[in-house]
Amino acid sequence: MARLTACLFLVFALPWPALAASTDKLAQRLAATCATCHGSAGVALGNSLPALAGQPRERIIASMQAFKSGTRPATVMQQLSKGYTDEQIALIAAYFAGLKTEDAGGAK
Amino acid sequence: MKRRQFMQVLGGALPISAMLASPQVRAQSKTQARVVVVGGGYGGATAAKYLRLWSEGRIAVTLVEPNPQFVSCPLSNLVLGGFRQMADITLGYDNLVQRHGVELFRDTALAVDKERRLLKLAGGQSLAYDRLILSPGVDFLWDQLPGMNTPEAQQKIMHAWKAGPQTLTLRRQLEAMPDGGTFVISIPLAPFRCPPGPYERACQAAAYFAQHKKKSKVLILDANDDVLSKGPLFKKAWAERYQGMVEYVPRFTTADVDAAGNTVISDFGDKIPGAVLNVIPPQRAGAIAVQAGVANMNKHWCEVDFLTFESSQAKNIHVLGDAIQVAPVMPKSGHMANQHAKVCAAAVIDLLNGDTPNQAPMLNNTCYSYVSEKEVVHVASVHAYSAEQKTFLSVPGAGGLSAAANEQETRYAESWARNIWADTLA
Repeated sequence: MARLTACLFLVFALPWPALAASTDKLAQRLAATCATCHGSAGVALGNSLPALAGQPRERIIASMQAFKSGTRPATVMQQLSKGYTDEQIALIAAYFAGLKTEDAGGAK
Repeated sequence: MKRRQFMQVLGGALPISAMLASPQVRAQSKTQARVVVVGGGYGGATAAKYLRLWSEGRIAVTLVEPNPQFVSCPLSNLVLGGFRQMADITLGYDNLVQRHGVELFRDTALAVDKERRLLKLAGGQSLAYDRLILSPGVDFLWDQLPGMNTPEAQQKIMHAWKAGPQTLTLRRQLEAMPDGGTFVISIPLAPFRCPPGPYERACQAAAYFAQHKKKSKVLILDANDDVLSKGPLFKKAWAERYQGMVEYVPRFTTADVDAAGNTVISDFGDKIPGAVLNVIPPQRAGAIAVQAGVANMNKHWCEVDFLTFESSQAKNIHVLGDAIQVAPVMPKSGHMANQHAKVCAAAVIDLLNGDTPNQAPMLNNTCYSYVSEKEVVHVASVHAYSAEQKTFLSVPGAGGLSAAANEQETRYAESWARNIWADTLA
């Protein structure tokens, strides 16, 4: 068992190219909590929700803060936005800002 | 490395994806870590997909699911109301295989050999794993309803609590019911899959009766003290929209069922007949979790480490979705299972990679219920991991209910379904 574990760690000790930085990984995982409704790659199917992928970071942050403060009316987002800290929102916004809408094709 | 070779020695029936997946996927299998996922519902399918996505194909993922297609429990009550067809809530597993390189076994998981890290399948094969993810959903505690514990009774009285053939049969029973009949819904004590589901079902049956069988009634016999979710919103719909059609009886514990006589029997011996019965049985984690010895909470539910969803009872075995012992106010829902799966997939990748899993994972839940064909209500919540309490806690001030049933959210409910199906399966 120990040998196998060591073996596995050797295999995976090779650096994975993308998202090596831990903040990027954290952002990706936080953003995945949004993906259930907003699409795996930040582009929701249908026309009820705007694409998050490719939106400027500041615009996503401003939207979330407006949901939080109640200045932007919503049915659900005014309730969900309050569950995330400003730091988490900044990470999520940076992640979606870094995605291209075309990326959604392979990972919807 | 014997366990790696094992996969290639399987011979016999090739997995479905062996014919479809790219050749590289098979060729790499000698050096790849392998995760086996049991259960292709909202939890397991999402875990399989995100393991492949986030490991960028470096982890080999096998999904074991007996059903040929995914049938969604969310929206299945609309089939009972006559507002959707089975085809509208049925999806394939093709994208998981073709787009994401998941290896799919259409088979049933029978037993786990924890020492040798093997999953035995009903078809006779065994699958080797480095980590095993169980997302087996729920099974029913038929022994708590003796009269239901026969094949005949179970063929007559539907639970329709796993969307599929039972959903359609219950719909046909409602269609065949003479006008003036009573449709009885029996609800077990919480916890069970989908807390608002029975009450939405009452609304959908009432919506059907209001259009086609105006003299018919819905009788809800609930073992719980009160409506478990969206209470004021459901009660308002029953009192106003379905006035005189829906009767709600709390604290009614169904102790037995006379299937031949179409009668529900309470723990006090009260006998309540119905033209059509829908008995939602008491539930526990799916059988494979019990067999694997991970259903340790009251022998019903699986306690997990919420940072990784690894079982507290077995190394390298993770449990997701409805089968777990939930954190406070965490619903057993498809949305929540999809969220569990992402935390688990990320943690499994980190653990296989020698990294420390995220110590501050987040979850959210959004659940829509159709109180009629056209009007919807929701409940939403956000759950943050508490390092101090080692569980997920609902974030104070976040989440909430719809102010009232409305048509605007019907568009969002439809969008929700379409997108969670894609996030889980496409």
